[in-house]
Amino acid sequence: MNDTLNATAAELARRVATGEQSAEEITRIHLERIEATNPVVNSFLAVGTERALETARGVDAKRASGQELSALAGVPIAVKDLFCYQGLPTTASSRMLEGWIPPYNSTVVDRLIAADMVILGKTNLDEFAMGSSTETSAFGPTRNPWDLDRIPGGSGGGSSAALAAFQAPLATGTDTGGSIRQPAAVTGTVGVKPTYGGVSRYGVIAMASSLDQPGPCARNVLDTALLHQVMAGHDPMDSTSIKAPVPDVVAAAQRRDVRGMRIGVVTELGGEGYAPGVEARFAEAVELLRELGAKIVEVSCPYFEYALATYYLIMPAEVSSNLARYDGMRYGLRVGDDGITSAEQVMRLSRAAGFGDEVKRRIILGTYALSAGYYDAYYGSAQKMRTLISRDFDQAFTQCDVLVSPSTPTTAFRFGEKSDDLLAMYKSDLCTIPSNLAGNAAGSFPIGLADEDDMPVGLQVMAPVMADDRCYRVGGALEEALADRWGGPLLERIPSLDSLEVTR
Amino acid sequence: MTDELMDYDEVMARYDVVIGLEVHVELDTASKMWCGCTTAFGGDPNSHTCPVCLGLPGSLPVVNGEAVASAIRIGLSLGCEVAEWCRFARKNYFYPDMPKDYQLSQYDEPICFEGGVDVEVDGQSYHIPVERVHMEEDAGKNTHVGGLGRIQGADHSLVDYNRAGVPLMEIVTHPIWGTGGKAPQVARAYMSFLRDMMRALKVSQARMERGNMRCDANVSLMPKGSSELGTRTETKNVNSLRSVEAALTYEIRRQGAILGAGGRVRQETRMWNEAGYTTAGRSKEQAEDYRYFPEPDLVPVAPSREWVAELRASLPEEPGRRRARLQGEWGFTDLEMRDVNGTEGAIDLIEATVAAGATSGAARKWWCGELARRANEAEIPLEELAITAHQVAELQALVDGGTLTDKLARQVIDGVLAKEGTPGEVVEARGLAVVSDDGALGAAVDQVIAANPDVAQKIRDGKVQAAGALIGQVMKAMKGQADAAKVREIIMGKLS
Repeated sequence: MNDTLNATAAELARRVATGEQSAEEITRIHLERIEATNPVVNSFLAVGTERALETARGVDAKRASGQELSALAGVPIAVKDLFCYQGLPTTASSRMLEGWIPPYNSTVVDRLIAADMVILGKTNLDEFAMGSSTETSAFGPTRNPWDLDRIPGGSGGGSSAALAAFQAPLATGTDTGGSIRQPAAVTGTVGVKPTYGGVSRYGVIAMASSLDQPGPCARNVLDTALLHQVMAGHDPMDSTSIKAPVPDVVAAAQRRDVRGMRIGVVTELGGEGYAPGVEARFAEAVELLRELGAKIVEVSCPYFEYALATYYLIMPAEVSSNLARYDGMRYGLRVGDDGITSAEQVMRLSRAAGFGDEVKRRIILGTYALSAGYYDAYYGSAQKMRTLISRDFDQAFTQCDVLVSPSTPTTAFRFGEKSDDLLAMYKSDLCTIPSNLAGNAAGSFPIGLADEDDMPVGLQVMAPVMADDRCYRVGGALEEALADRWGGPLLERIPSLDSLEVTR
Repeated sequence: MTDELMDYDEVMARYDVVIGLEVHVELDTASKMWCGCTTAFGGDPNSHTCPVCLGLPGSLPVVNGEAVASAIRIGLSLGCEVAEWCRFARKNYFYPDMPKDYQLSQYDEPICFEGGVDVEVDGQSYHIPVERVHMEEDAGKNTHVGGLGRIQGADHSLVDYNRAGVPLMEIVTHPIWGTGGKAPQVARAYMSFLRDMMRALKVSQARMERGNMRCDANVSLMPKGSSELGTRTETKNVNSLRSVEAALTYEIRRQGAILGAGGRVRQETRMWNEAGYTTAGRSKEQAEDYRYFPEPDLVPVAPSREWVAELRASLPEEPGRRRARLQGEWGFTDLEMRDVNGTEGAIDLIEATVAAGATSGAARKWWCGELARRANEAEIPLEELAITAHQVAELQALVDGGTLTDKLARQVIDGVLAKEGTPGEVVEARGLAVVSDDGALGAAVDQVIAANPDVAQKIRDGKVQAAGALIGQVMKAMKGQADAAKVREIIMGKLS
C-alpha cells in the first residue's frame, strides 16, 4: 500500500506543515485512488477534483508564505452527502434531490474549509440516511472493502468504505440511530457520535431532528479526535447546539491509559441474537481493559429493551414532518408539471416518484404515529420511554465512568440478506440507538475480526453527555494495546481490493 | 346576496349570542421569526429570503428574542400569565406558500395564557376573557396568474416568500357570553382596544387595512334559556373595525334565519365581503388533522421571572386610562375628545405637538382638521403624512407670532407636504409671510378707499360693518398676505 494512502491524518498534516509532502500531491494521490477504486466500491457519489486541488494548492501557498496552518490543514476528507456544500450536488442519496446544488454550506463544511481541509467529494448513504447498509441509496449500494459482497454499514457506508478503501483518511458522518458507529464497526474503522448538540446540525439534511448528530470518522482514534475538534463547538445557527467548550478529545485520545476508570458492561446488550465472533472479541476486549487497569462492573439498563420500539416511533414521526418540504414546488424532483395538473397532484406525483420504499415506509409510520387519536399511545408513550432510557443511563453513570457493549450484534451481512426481514435489519442498531435517544456521546472502535467470517467487530463506548473525551480515552488505550498484541492496526489485515471479487 | 336574514331584534328576542375572536397581529420586529431576513413590506418577490425562511434542506430556525419579548408584553398587557416554560409545535399540512410544509406555531403550550380585558360600549363595561397569546410564523403569498386571479382556472401560480417567517402573534378569546344585542359592538370595541394597545406597546403598526392585524370572528346562536353552545361559523378576511361589527351582525342575522326556519347552521369558515355579506368558505365539519408535535429543532422558551418583571415594568399606560388622562390635561370636552378618538393616530400626534410647544387646542385643530383631511385625500394614515409634530408646532408658532394667517398656514402645509422644507423655510421660499409693513398696507388701504368713495363715506357715517367690503379688497390686493385685523385697524384709523 502506498505510503501516502496508508498514512494517518495527523501524519499527513505534519508532512504538509513541514513541507515534506505537498498538500497537492497528497490530494492527487487520493483522487487517483478514488478514480481507480470507486467503480467497485461506489463510496463516492460526487468527486470535486478541481476544487480539491485548488484548495490543496492554496494550503501549500499558505505554508510557503510562512503562515500558521491549522492542525489538519491540507488533509483530504470525504463528506457524507447529507452535508450541504456549495461546491457539489447534495442529494441525500435520493432521486428527490438528484443534482441539487445547495446555495449555502453547512456549518461543518464551513469549519472544514476554515481549517484548510481538502474536501474530496460526497459519499454515499442510505436514502435520507434511512438504513443500515446503503442498500436504500437511489444510486446503488456501497461495497465493504473487506468483502465486496457485504454491506459497509449504514447509513454512513460511503464514508466508512472510503476510509477502509484508503480513499480518504477522514470522513464526516451523521448518526441518528447508529449511522456513524455501525458502519465504523463493520469496516474496522473508528466513528464517534458526539453528545447531541456537540456538533452543529445546521446545513445537514435532517432525518430526525431530536436524534441526528453529525460526527467524525477516521481509521484511528487520534485522527477521529482531531476531526472532532474541528467539527465541534457552539453554532448560533443551531438552537440545539450546546454553549460550552468542546471536551478535550485530542488529549484524551493521546492519553492511552484507562487505569482507575470504572467501565460498565451493559447486561442487556449481549446474549441471544449476538454473533459468537462478536461476543468473543467483545469479551476479550473487556478483559484487555481490565488488564490495562480499568475496573469492570456489570450494569443493568432495563429499559434498553424498549429502545428499538421507542426509536421506531419517534424517528418516523420526525421524518414524516422533516421530509414534507420535498414537495416538488421549490427545488428537487418535480413530476407532472404539465400546466394542467394541480399543485396538490404535482406534490403527490413528485413524492411518489422521488422517494424510495424505506423512506415512504417511515413517512407513513410517522404520519400514523402523530395522528389524532393515536398520538398519546404512540408518540406520547415513546417520549415517556425515552425519558426512562435516559434515566437508565443516569443511573448507570453513577456506578461507572463509561459503558461498553458490542457496537453491533453481528458483523457485516451480505447484500440482500436482510432486505426482506426489516426487523433483522433494524436490529443492526440495537446497541447504538439508546445513546441517540438519551443524547449522550458514544463511539465505535475496532477490536478484531470474528472467527466465523473474518469480518471486523467493533466495541462501543458510551459516555455521559459532554464527556465525549471519555470515549476517546478508552478507544485510544484499547487501540494501542490491540496494536501491540497484533503487531499493527487491524486495517493492515484488510485484503487488497484487487484481490477481491464481486459475486453479488 | 341570497342569504335569508332575520330581523336583528327578532334574533335577539329568540337567541343568545356567543362570540369568540381570534386576532393575528403581525409584529414590527426588524427581522423575521427564525432568521435575520428583513420583515420590510414590499421588495422584489423572494428578495427577503435565505435558506432558513425558504426552508431549504438542512436549514434550522433560531428564535427571534425580540419577538418573544413582544409576545410576553402583549400577554402582560392583556392580564395574562406568562409560561415559565413552553415550546413551539409543528402544524403539519401541505401548501405551496409554506416552505417547510409545516407551520411553526404553538399548540398546547402558549407563551401567555388566561387573562382578560374590559371594554366599554355605550357606558357599559364588558369583560373579554383572553384564553391565550401564542407565537407563530406567517406564510408566503400566492399569486394566481390568468383566469380570474383565483386558484381555480389560473394559468399558473407564483409564490413570494418575502412574508414567510414574519412573526405573528395570535390572540384568542374564550367564548364571550352575555353581551346580548351589543355583541358586534363589543367585538369592535375589543378590536379597537387591541389596536391601540399594540401601538402603545410599539410591537405592531396594527393597521387592519394592511393586514398587520387580522380578525377571525366566530359566532354562534343558542335558543334563549339553553346552555348548550350552537354551531359556530368563523368569518375570515375581516379587515377593519367597521367590518368586524358588520360581519358579526350579518352572521347573527343569517344564522337566526336558518335556525328560525328549523335549519341547521353548517360549521364552516365564511369570507367577509366588503359589499356587506359573507360567503361560505371551507367546511370545518371534518376537522383537518395537523399532527401537531413539539418542534425538535428549537429548544424550549423559558423566560426568567426577572426578565418578565422587566418587561412588565416596560408596559405602557393602558390606552383607555391614557385617553382619560390626556383629555383632562388638555381640557377637551367629551365632544372634542370624541373627535380626537375618531381620528386614527391623532392622539399620539397631538401629544407630540403639545410637547413641541403648541397648545392642545391648536394641535387638535390641525391634526383632526386640515391634516386629517389631507391624509384622507392621500389615502394614507395620518402619521405617514410628510409633516412632523414639531413642524405643526412651528407652524402654529408662526400663526401666533403674526407671521401667518390660518389661510397662509394652509399654503405652508402644501409646501411642507411637497417636501420643500420646514414651515419657516417654506414661508421664506414662497414669500408667504403676512405683510406687517404699515407703509405697504397703508398704501393699499388708500387705494381701496379712493376706489370706493361711497363705502368709505358709509363708514365715516358710522356704519362700521361696511368696513368688511374694504378689508376684503385690501386682502385681495395683498394676495392674502396681510392680517385682516390689522387692515381693519388701519381703515378705521383713516376713516374716523
